[in-house]
Amino acid sequence: MAEKVLMKGNEAIAEAALHAGCRHYFGYPITPQTEIAAYMAKRMPKIGGTFLQAESEIAAINMVYGVASAGYRVMTSSSSPGISLKGEGLSYLAGADLPALVVNVQRGGPGLGGIQPSQSDYFQATRGGGHGDYHMIVLAPASVQEMAELTIKGFELADTYRMTSMILADGTMGQMMEPVALDLEVKPAPAKPWATNGTKLQREHNIVNSLSLVPDELEQLNFARYERYRTVEENVVMYEEYMMEDADICIAAFGIAARVSKNAINEARRQGIKVGMIRPITLWPFPKEVFRRAADHVKTFISVELSMGQMIEDVRLATECRAPVLLCNRVGGMIPSPEQVLETIQNVVKNGGAN
Amino acid sequence: MAVVFQKPHALTDVPMHYCPGCTHGIIHRLVAEVIDELGIEGRTIGIAPVGCSVMAYNYFNCDMIEAAHGRAPAVATGVKRANPDEHIVFTYQGDGDLASIGMAETVHAAARNENITIIFINNAIYGMTGGQMAPTSLPGQVTQTSPYGRDVKACGYPIRVCETLSELDGPEYLARVTVNNVKNVNNAKKAIKKAFQNQIDGKGFSLVEVLSSCPTNWGMTPQKALQWIDEKMIPYYPLGVYKDRSAKEESAQ
Amino acid sequence: MSTKQMLFSGFGGQGILFAGKFIAYKGLIEEKQVSWLPSYGPEMRGGTASCSVIVSDDPVGSPIVSKPDVLVAMNLPSLDRFEASVAPGGMIFADSTLIERKVARDDVKVFYIPATRLAGENGMPTLANMIIVGKILKELNEFDEDAINAALKKVISAKHADMMEVNLKAMRIGAEN
Repeated sequence: MAEKVLMKGNEAIAEAALHAGCRHYFGYPITPQTEIAAYMAKRMPKIGGTFLQAESEIAAINMVYGVASAGYRVMTSSSSPGISLKGEGLSYLAGADLPALVVNVQRGGPGLGGIQPSQSDYFQATRGGGHGDYHMIVLAPASVQEMAELTIKGFELADTYRMTSMILADGTMGQMMEPVALDLEVKPAPAKPWATNGTKLQREHNIVNSLSLVPDELEQLNFARYERYRTVEENVVMYEEYMMEDADICIAAFGIAARVSKNAINEARRQGIKVGMIRPITLWPFPKEVFRRAADHVKTFISVELSMGQMIEDVRLATECRAPVLLCNRVGGMIPSPEQVLETIQNVVKNGGAN
Repeated sequence: MAVVFQKPHALTDVPMHYCPGCTHGIIHRLVAEVIDELGIEGRTIGIAPVGCSVMAYNYFNCDMIEAAHGRAPAVATGVKRANPDEHIVFTYQGDGDLASIGMAETVHAAARNENITIIFINNAIYGMTGGQMAPTSLPGQVTQTSPYGRDVKACGYPIRVCETLSELDGPEYLARVTVNNVKNVNNAKKAIKKAFQNQIDGKGFSLVEVLSSCPTNWGMTPQKALQWIDEKMIPYYPLGVYKDRSAKEESAQ
Repeated sequence: MSTKQMLFSGFGGQGILFAGKFIAYKGLIEEKQVSWLPSYGPEMRGGTASCSVIVSDDPVGSPIVSKPDVLVAMNLPSLDRFEASVAPGGMIFADSTLIERKVARDDVKVFYIPATRLAGENGMPTLANMIIVGKILKELNEFDEDAINAALKKVISAKHADMMEVNLKAMRIGAEN
């Protein structure tokens, strides 16, 4: 194990991306993720890579599209309003089946919103973010170590499945420092025979494209893409279970909300309440199966979110409404406190929802 | 039997979808001839826009990418930076793509002196969508969305792209040409070749604006449309070289 | 099993974030679990700055410190804002050069350190923060110069290695007051 260093989550993402062989970064300044750009601006020139501050988020994601077309690992990062601008590019990346890594360090919205942490881009991320039928692989780190690990995983999955991987973090994850070990294993990128990197006059020309004007052809492309998504759903689901063996109450939470919930769960356990947590690490594909199984013994689910209740819909779908799913939330840049989560748990017990 | 005329290697052998009398075909051919003559097809990547030339990726034999509307210069930036020593990158964009929705990408690629080649087709109208007013439609020009003629009080004035970009320190080469007669076609090819050669030489952002005809949406015969370029377009968009940094530096020495 | 939840607060420019980072690094060197979370945003540019630091024997849950065991208040607004949140039995370290009032709570231990004055008198005007850190370490029985030096090495870049000695000196001054 290499020596652990203290790093901000944003810096851990940047360093891990370099570790994964990403040599092209395009971005536009926006709080609370600008450390990623700053880190890249410092490092890329020294290792022969490209850091470019684009004229807009739109330009940045399209530069990503260009590098991805040429077959290289590439990334951009932003925060909520900037991700909306990138929506067009996310759709085109999906339509052209290009691998890329996009980081969203979320802040409160809608509109310009605030700059404090939020998880209110859950729908946008898990449902695609732009127009058309598509998905991104959405990874939700809950520690600085995971910011690094999931960044590497994100590049690997993007290459394997020719999809965009999105790191869905929030202002806390981006700004906090924790010890992180960076001696992480990286799988080499697979061959990309589809890449537009010059024919060398040795093959037919490659075309990277999302246009398909013949409806039944476009239908087939969508079918094939969703076939691939099915293999992602089978192979890529990640989650953490915490004290779930005997749980009557199950917290569903990701990222910072899961960190806060852990404190509340530990305190509730001390009080003899059988509560556990399922923490989705992939938000898409959503860990449906573990929630479905949990519903066999859990009496009440509580979705703890920094949103008006977005993931709660996936929890309800996964549990097929066999048990009530309550919402415990703060929004606008506010973060639920362990006390608030504990009180919600205690109220469930008081109202008979735990036996 | 001697071959006196043949398809450039850099063009694919498929029928083009362009309307009769449209000059896209000529300009495609000029680009392909230049790619052949410079021997760069194997390392060239072209970027198609959204607009009439959206399917240009089917016509060029080099690797091709279809970009989102207006974003070709940003995509080209990515492709070029991915492998700057090897990749030769060109975009092929219309006036709506380059001078309206993609103006920011155009200006900033120019300001960065991004080492790419841009072929800019200015036909003063949106062709693909059926003839709407373009950023380069002339004052008074009748289009589907300016049915009473372009009213500059309501819709503003056309954008002269070469003149506008020439105010920037960034770009290497800016030229306006047309293809409405043999002499002009020959001049256009020279400018296009220079724009590619500049990239090979590492000189930077080179844009060739080609005044082009759209007989279908202008509502003219192909011949009348070529005349209209002479009579209406060139007076508003004078032909010529608007910037040639290297030539200027050489003459100053 | 022990967990220390610490909140550092003061004006931007007083080295609040640096002090917190130092404590976090010292914890890391002593093989504890640590987290450091700054306030961020416009207040970084001259207003109030604060950071949450947790040093624990167990994995850190929430990195947000809402009931600090240790509060560092380097100006009056910080004391006004956070005094009530300190856990009963906790500690408050106040820079008495800049805070004239006394702490109202009687269920916490309070240490008044004229850190800004001491820093000025000792020719280290930017190190009031580390004087307070020295005091904290002493009161927590954690004033271990080896660990301090190792942590300083982590938070002070090689370029500013000459600052190591004066930082240590500042902490000694704090510990002796």
